[in-house]
Amino acid sequence: MGENGIKLRAENINLSFGGVEALIDVSFELREHEILAIIGPNGAGKTSLLNCINGFYRPQKGRIMYEGYDLTKVSSHKIAKMGLSRTFQNIALYTGLSTLDNLMAARNIRMRYNVFAAILYFGWAHREEMKHRRVIEDIIEFLEMESIRKKPVGMLPYGQRKRVELGRALALEPKVLLLDEPMAGMNVEEKEDMARFILDTYELKKIPVIIIEHDMGLVMDIADRIVVLDFGRKIAEGTPDEILANHAVINAYLGGE
Amino acid sequence: MRLPCGIINKSYSQDTAIVRTNLQWLLLVLALITLFTFPYWASPHWISVMIGVWISIIGVMGLTLLTGYAGQLSLGHMAFVAIGAYTVAILMSDLNWPFWAALPCAGMISGCIGVIFGLPSLRIKGFYLVIATLAAQFIIVHIISRWDSLTGGVFGLSVPKVTLGGFEFKSDFSYYFLAMIFALIAILIAKNLSRSRIGRSWIAIRDNDIAAEIMGVDPFKYKLLAFFFGCFFAGIAGGLWAPYLRYLTPEQFTLMGSVWYLGYMVIGGMGSIMGPIAGVIFITILDEFTAEMVTDLATGSPVFAGFVQASRYIVFGLAIILFLIFEPRGIAHRWERIKNSYRLWPFSY
Ligand SMILES: Nc1ncnc2c1ncn2[C@@H]1O[C@H](COP(=O)(O)OP(=O)(O)O)[C@@H](O)[C@H]1O
Ligand SMILES: [Mg+2]
Repeated sequence: MGENGIKLRAENINLSFGGVEALIDVSFELREHEILAIIGPNGAGKTSLLNCINGFYRPQKGRIMYEGYDLTKVSSHKIAKMGLSRTFQNIALYTGLSTLDNLMAARNIRMRYNVFAAILYFGWAHREEMKHRRVIEDIIEFLEMESIRKKPVGMLPYGQRKRVELGRALALEPKVLLLDEPMAGMNVEEKEDMARFILDTYELKKIPVIIIEHDMGLVMDIADRIVVLDFGRKIAEGTPDEILANHAVINAYLGGE
Repeated sequence: MRLPCGIINKSYSQDTAIVRTNLQWLLLVLALITLFTFPYWASPHWISVMIGVWISIIGVMGLTLLTGYAGQLSLGHMAFVAIGAYTVAILMSDLNWPFWAALPCAGMISGCIGVIFGLPSLRIKGFYLVIATLAAQFIIVHIISRWDSLTGGVFGLSVPKVTLGGFEFKSDFSYYFLAMIFALIAILIAKNLSRSRIGRSWIAIRDNDIAAEIMGVDPFKYKLLAFFFGCFFAGIAGGLWAPYLRYLTPEQFTLMGSVWYLGYMVIGGMGSIMGPIAGVIFITILDEFTAEMVTDLATGSPVFAGFVQASRYIVFGLAIILFLIFEPRGIAHRWERIKNSYRLWPFSY
């Protein structure tokens, strides 16, 4: 839908908290078909950038264009309805709900039945619930979460909670997927599973993905392009090979490695 | 939820049903028979106690939706019960409305005023919201006690009897059924809301409001819906109290009443529909036995009445403290755990 293959375009984003400048004049594009990695040291502004896209932070300057709308002027829940879905660096699940209901909660925006139908439940509401349950079961199967379907997510181990978060993001039926360090803190096996799920999703749904990740080996493997942030500024952008050859990046970020 | 060994769900519909096994059906039927025949075999005192239980369940159910599900703590619940009670009283006595039209009206008015007092929840949370709801308690009861021409002010207001066709609900025996029917309907509505997209969105806001909004839950809509339903239920509870008490005064709707509601909810368990039912029944039975015991001990003493009143508060406070220490998730949660361990019997894990 976006013009010449561009799904989302951030233009000159400036975001500051009091004296702290979290993002300075950051611009980038997300193409219709790509996995775009955002890398940079801690505190570089990566999470803040996603928060701007989600309408949770409002940049003081700049626009984020998506399907003809400027997301910096749209409220968060409407941005979700427009198809932007996301996982969080610090897991942000609904701890009182089961895996199943965490995913079902994300279906809310696709459900149509109203308050009166909810009160009666039988009939319209029940039919819709069952319809969406089928969609959710497919995701549960895809992410191999059958055994934790009915478990309250608060009791799950860290790696599985990360997986449930991906499931919740997929349950929204996203048109753009934003992943904030989906593999942080995982062991090698869990990381491999997660990478496989992300790549399979990308292949299957044909949606662009933005991923924030620290594991450079992994980024080089799965990303089509990389944006590098440092102290709130974009210091480089390009294919993995270009980034590896970029002196600014090597100095600022990969320096020691 | 875990199923007993050998029960297998054959469809998603079956998987989400409330009553699923033959034993559950049997227990449900037995419970309903007990409740429907209760006034035929119970003493007049216990019939009147049970009327209170039914009406309180409706009120606490509202608070559970608002606080337990949506996470919006309210210290002003009793004020919305008052709005419901006065609405029914005024419509029935001044405008000669039938109870059956006045009651839904009481729920609606209480719900709408609840939405107005819920507006600050869009900007503030936690402690500050508690203060805002505390303000609701005092403002509403203050207006009721000053608006003499409408409410009778501090002198109060008498309420006509409920009639249906030619029948008058004037005995406790008949009023028991009236209260029970409305309570059962309220329980069913609360259960349905809680398992719908609305209940899920409420819990999402309660557990992580930022993630909820980013994942598509409109906080404005769902918080105000929670205030509406929470106060709607309170209004219905008040509307049922009014013709039962037959006389309303502002002192019946105190801050202590609001605290009492919170206590029912905490002891029963905040995040479930069983919670309010268990909490109201438990506290009521505890309260009854306390009153009885203290009466036996203190009969004849000059400070007798005050003593009984004080002991009720002490036991109530103690119960809340003990629950917060030993079972902060309430009776409903403990019950769920006992049930789960029995379900898998003899394979016990
Ligand atoms: N809500 C906030 N309030 C104040 N400062 C913030 C807030 N969010 C982020 N920051 C600051 O913005 C900078 C970028 O943070 P962040 O986007 O989380 O970095 P990253 O995700 O790249 O590690 C940091 O200096 C951080 O302290
Ligand atoms: Mg971050």
